[in-house]
Amino acid sequence: MPLLVEKRQLVTPGDLIAEGEYRAGENTYERDGKIYASKIGAFDSRDNTVYVIALKGFYIPETDDLVIGKVIDISLSGWIVDINAPYNAMLFVSEVFERSFNPRKDELTEVFDVGGMLLAKVAAFDRTRDPVLTLRGPGLGKITHGRIVEITPTKIPRLIGKKGSMIDLVKKGTGCQIVVGKNGLVLIRGKKPEDEASAIKIIRIIEEEAHTSGLTNRIGELIKKLKNEVGISVQDKGKTDQ
Amino acid sequence: MSKTKEKLINKKGLRVDGRKPEELRPIRFEIGLLDKANGSVYMEQGNNKILAAIYGPRELHPRHLALQDRALLRCRYHMAPFSVDERKSPAPSRREIELSKVIREALEPAVFTELYPRTSIDVFIEVLQSDGGSRCAGMTAASLALADAGIPLRDLVVACAAGKVDGQVVLDLNDAEDKLGEADMPLALFPQSDSVMLLQMDGTLSQEEFEKAFNLAIEGCKRIYGMQKEALKAKYSVKKEDLEDLEGGKEG
Amino acid sequence: MDSSEIIPKVVRKGISNLLVQDKRLDGRGLTEYRPIKVETGIIDKAAGSALVSLGKTKVLVGVKVETGEPFSDSPDEGALTVNAELLPLASPVFEPGPPDENSIELARIVDRGVRESKAVDLKELCIVHGKKVFVVYIDIYILDHDGNLIDASAIASIAALINSKMSNYTVKKDGELEYTSGTRALPLQNYPIAVTMAKIDGKFIVDPSLEEEKLIDARLTIALDQDGNICAMQKGGIGTFSTADILEATKIAREKSGELRKIVLGK
Repeated sequence: MPLLVEKRQLVTPGDLIAEGEYRAGENTYERDGKIYASKIGAFDSRDNTVYVIALKGFYIPETDDLVIGKVIDISLSGWIVDINAPYNAMLFVSEVFERSFNPRKDELTEVFDVGGMLLAKVAAFDRTRDPVLTLRGPGLGKITHGRIVEITPTKIPRLIGKKGSMIDLVKKGTGCQIVVGKNGLVLIRGKKPEDEASAIKIIRIIEEEAHTSGLTNRIGELIKKLKNEVGISVQDKGKTDQ
Repeated sequence: MSKTKEKLINKKGLRVDGRKPEELRPIRFEIGLLDKANGSVYMEQGNNKILAAIYGPRELHPRHLALQDRALLRCRYHMAPFSVDERKSPAPSRREIELSKVIREALEPAVFTELYPRTSIDVFIEVLQSDGGSRCAGMTAASLALADAGIPLRDLVVACAAGKVDGQVVLDLNDAEDKLGEADMPLALFPQSDSVMLLQMDGTLSQEEFEKAFNLAIEGCKRIYGMQKEALKAKYSVKKEDLEDLEGGKEG
Repeated sequence: MDSSEIIPKVVRKGISNLLVQDKRLDGRGLTEYRPIKVETGIIDKAAGSALVSLGKTKVLVGVKVETGEPFSDSPDEGALTVNAELLPLASPVFEPGPPDENSIELARIVDRGVRESKAVDLKELCIVHGKKVFVVYIDIYILDHDGNLIDASAIASIAALINSKMSNYTVKKDGELEYTSGTRALPLQNYPIAVTMAKIDGKFIVDPSLEEEKLIDARLTIALDQDGNICAMQKGGIGTFSTADILEATKIAREKSGELRKIVLGK
C-alpha cells in the first residue's frame, strides 16, 4: 500500500498522506482506513508510522520537559505558573516546604512572588488536569538574573541543532550561559548586557531563518562580526567553524 | 431605488465587473501578518477586505464556561464602521450575531477541539471593507488562520456563494448583485469529504436553478480550496534538505 | 488580569540595567520612535483611510463623511466625532464588547488634538445653518497592540483625514443638497501630532513599547499643532510627574512632533 506523499514534502491540513496498513502518528489522523495531515508541516515516516513535523505549533507539556515559567498567582496550595502553554501549571507547596508544614500566603510570597521566574520540570500532565511542576533537579529553581526571550516552540530543535551544535556555537561565540526551555522560553545569562543583547540578536535570526540552508555558516560569520563590533568579552578558544 | 431596473448581465453575458457567470473575483491571502494573535490571515476577494485572527487554545475565563471534554470554540464576525457605503455603528447588529453563530458552527467540526479540554479557541473575523460574500470570505480566511495558529484541523473549511442574477445562475456575487439579484446562496464545504458545513439562502430558486447554483458553489469552493493550500505552502515553504535538523517535535 | 500583564522581576532588572546606559530593551535611544510606516487609501468605501505601523503596533483609521444635524451650540459648523475600537484580535487582553474606559480615553485624546487644533475647518462643512451639516466620523481600529496606541492612532487619524475625499456639492435655494461631479479634499488647516512619554527609573522615554507600558506608572501625552501650539494634553495612569518633568516633557514633545509631522505629510 503506497505512501501518497514523498518524505519531507510539505503538507497542509486535510491532505491525504497514506492509505492502508499505516499507523497515524503525530499531527495526523485516521478515518476510514486513510491517514490525513492535521497540521501544516513536513511529511515523514518511520517504520509503519506516518507523521507530520509541524512547522507551526504551540507548546503542550510532557512529563520531564524542562520549562521556564512565570508565577502569576499564589493560592494556599502553591504557585500558579504560566508556562506558555494552553494550561497554566501548578507548583505545589510540598515542592518547597516539608510535607507537614502549612505555610501562610505571605510565607509563600517570600519564596516566589507574582512575577517571579522559575526553571522547573514538568512532573505530570494529562489533559484532564493542569500540569504539575517540580523543582527537584540540578539547576532548577528561581531565576534571579539574565534575559528571557520567547521563540516559537517548533523552532527549538533548530536552535539547539544536531547534537547541540547550533546552541553551542551561540554559547561559545557570546560567552553566555543559555538554557533552552522546551516551552519556547530561552534564558540567557552573560557577563555584560552587550553579550546578552548579542546572543538575543543571534537567536532571533536563527528563529527567523530556521528553515533556510547554510544557516550554521551564516551564524558563524555573524558571531565573528559581532565580536569585532562589540568586543564580546570572551576568549576565543579557537575556531568555531562548522 | 431607480425606476429602470439596472442590467446586471449585459448582452455579451458579462457582469457589471466584467466577469463571466462562473468566474470568481480575484482572491489573495496574506498569512501571519499580526504579531499578537496566534494565527492571522488578511484576505481580499474582489473588493472584500477581511482580517481573520485566532487566539488559543488558551485558558478560558470565566472558568464555569469551560467544557470538560473539549475546547470551547467562539467566533466573532464583525464589520468595521467604514466597511460599507453608509457608516455602520460599531455595536454588533443582529446580522453580525447570526453570522457569528453560523460561521462558528461551520468551523467547529473541522477543529480537533477534543484535544484541548477546558480551553477556548477564539476566532475573530473583522470585515474591513465589504462587497458581498463577506461571510464566505471570512470563513475561508478564518480556517486558514486556524492552520496558521498551528491548531490541528481535519481539513480546511472553504466557503463560496452562488446565486441568481438577471435570470442567470452566477458564482460569487458582489454587493450589487446580492442586493439587486434574485437569489444569494452562501455555502461552506469540507472539501475532502464533500460535507456541507454552512448553507443559507435568500431569494427564490427553482429546483433546477438550485441544483445548478449548488454545484457551481461547490466548484467555486474547490477552486478557492486550492488557493488556500497554495497560500499556506508559499508561506511555509521549506527546502527538503533543510528539514534534516528538525526532529518530531512535541507540540500540541 | 491577564498573565501577560505581569512583568517578571528579572525583566524589570534587565530594563533598569539598560536604562542606566540610556538604552532600551529593543536597542532604541530614550527619545527614539520605532519605525513608522503609513499607508493610505486602503479602504475604498471610506472617504479616506490610513494604516499605520508603529513598530509592531498596527492601527487602521477610516473616515466617513455623512450628513446630519449640527450640535445645538454650534449651528453653523460641521460635526466631528472620533470612536476607537480595541479589537479583541489585537491583544490577548482585549475582550469583545462596548468601548471600555481605555478605548473611550484613547478616542477622546485623539479627538481633543484634532478638534482643538481646528485641523478640520468645521465652518466649511455647514450646509444649512442650524439644520444640516456634514459629519466627519473618524473610526480608529486597533489591529495589533504592541504599545503606544495613542500616537499611532493620532498619526493614522491625521493621515486618513489628509487622504479623505468628499463629493463636490451645491446647496440649492431650498436648502437641498445636490452632489455634483468630482471630489474635493476635506477642508484641513492644521496637522496635530501627539507624542506620548513615560518615565522609568527617572528617565523620560518616548513611544513606549508594550513591555515598557506594563512597567510604567504614568504616561503623558502632549499634542502640538503645526504652529507649535500645544493643543491637547493627557496624563494617564496612577503615578505622578513632577512640575519639572512636565516642562521637560513639553520640550521633548515639541521636538518629536516636528519629526513625526514630516513623516505624515511626506506620505
